Amino acid sequence: MLVRTKVATISPAETEGVGKKRLWTMAHQDALIGYLFILPQLAGITIFVVVPLVLVFWYSLHEWNVLAGNFDYTGLDNYRQLFADPVLPEILRVTGIFSIGLVAFNMSLALLLAILLNQKLHGIILFRTLFFSPVVVSLVAWTIVWGFLLQKDGGINGLLAVIGVEGPNWLRNETSAMVSVIIVQVFKNVGLNMVLFLAALQNVPGELYEAALMDGASRWQQFLRITLPLISPTVLLTAIITIVGSLQVFAQIAVLTQGGPGTSTTVLVYYLYQQAFQFHLFGYGSTLSILLFVIVAILTFAQWQLRKKWVFYEA
Amino acid sequence: MKHSLSARTKVAVYGLLCVLSVPFVFPTWWMVTSSLKPASQIFAFPPVLFPRDADLTTYSKVFSLQPFATQYFNSAYIAAVVTLGTMAVSSFAGYAFARIRFPGQNLLFMVVLLGLLIPAEVTIVPLFQFFLKFGLINTHWPLILIPVFGAPSVFATFVMRQFFISLPAELEEAARIDGLGRIGIFWMIALPLARPALAAVAIFTFLHSWNLYLEPIVFLSSPEKFTLPQALTQFVDAYGGPMWNIQLAAATLTAFPVLLVFVIAQRHFIEGLAHTGLKG
Repeated sequence: MLVRTKVATISPAETEGVGKKRLWTMAHQDALIGYLFILPQLAGITIFVVVPLVLVFWYSLHEWNVLAGNFDYTGLDNYRQLFADPVLPEILRVTGIFSIGLVAFNMSLALLLAILLNQKLHGIILFRTLFFSPVVVSLVAWTIVWGFLLQKDGGINGLLAVIGVEGPNWLRNETSAMVSVIIVQVFKNVGLNMVLFLAALQNVPGELYEAALMDGASRWQQFLRITLPLISPTVLLTAIITIVGSLQVFAQIAVLTQGGPGTSTTVLVYYLYQQAFQFHLFGYGSTLSILLFVIVAILTFAQWQLRKKWVFYEA
Repeated sequence: MKHSLSARTKVAVYGLLCVLSVPFVFPTWWMVTSSLKPASQIFAFPPVLFPRDADLTTYSKVFSLQPFATQYFNSAYIAAVVTLGTMAVSSFAGYAFARIRFPGQNLLFMVVLLGLLIPAEVTIVPLFQFFLKFGLINTHWPLILIPVFGAPSVFATFVMRQFFISLPAELEEAARIDGLGRIGIFWMIALPLARPALAAVAIFTFLHSWNLYLEPIVFLSSPEKFTLPQALTQFVDAYGGPMWNIQLAAATLTAFPVLLVFVIAQRHFIEGLAHTGLKG
């Protein structure tokens, strides 16, 4: 407004200068507000993510036993220990099985549920609510109930016994313990992926199916050629979130199996917690943290690369 | 796939839905009913699906064995503060990254996104050291400060940014012509429009804080400071074995209010999370 009133009284050349200066300061003021707005987040990330990440690396170069009270620079010794750790291959195998099993089961169940919920049926909202409800149940409460259900004489074996099947002692047997922790986690959170898939399915234009129907495509062909390609961005996004999430599963394992029996459910995060906070080996714990970070980073990067090849359609 | 289904297919779909809902519903049902059974009955065979006489002494034990009311309050107030704090931090940052131009913007956004890449477990050792230095171990500060400003809030910021990017530019131009400054536009135009995104942020932030387990067991050591997830696992007998009926009663008390809110507002929960939560 000010600029405009000045236009009448001063020469065009001057106006231009004033206008520019005003714009310049306005842009500056705007940028300043921008910096102020991001300041809390940026400061938080610096203090709680960037600096700790650097420190983890620094700690990983030390032998640091909290109980013994030492903190000695040992260079790459912890990394040598990491590669020589006789337990670590087993831990990585367990982590891999857990993550792959979890992601495969979670994604396929989520897709199945979403397809069922996408049918025009009465009362479908009720089922959506039921499938989603474990998401809002407190994680540890959910885990405790399942721990109770999975006892040798617990509810699941009780129900199996009614139909004449003798169930295993779920949490005390290596294979069934792994199956148990995967199942408990999948039923807890599959509702999230389910609603994301459902939203994606509902965004697929109906005309495409009509056209396919006219061309004589079967249901299965329609699913493979239309549905799957069109929802692939959502599939990718949820796959990333689910895989990275699977590497962070801690509470369920701490409550259900404490990593056992033996090391059969000791995933990397749980091993890291044991080394750092139960055996007080902060140096080696930090080395394991770096390993976890590298794995997550590689997975995320690989998936973003895959995205270029695999995703047919961008929402 | 919106074809109308034949009657036979309909029955099949309903049947499948019912079977599939068992593992989602039965645990919650079993938690509530078992918490009402006397200890002698909880492992009874055949399983008692409908307990006849409710035994409420278990519930009084939940409160006498641990300062459960205090722990409940701890969880509730921490979750409330974290939710409000995250909403504030993420709407400021999300708005700035979406709609304000400033030098270094993209680089700074990348730095912030680093938070998405780094699981809390990776940085837990240095964070423990950090709070130890400031004498804040066994206080609630780490459980508030880390989620509000650290890695967990990045996802919220990302969601808010995606939302603000989708706002039409004409809206802000109109407001500018009406004489609103940048802060006025943010506060009076953009933020009120962002209510659905804010609701999604509020829901998942609350659930995240309410479920937090690793951080409490690392940072807290005295029962009156504990949060609920940690407290639930502490109902054990002299041999360290879980006192199942008491754990289940405590679990029921923990799950119930959130479940109730969810059932009432399930539409907002699910659609909010599905449509604003993760798009883009």
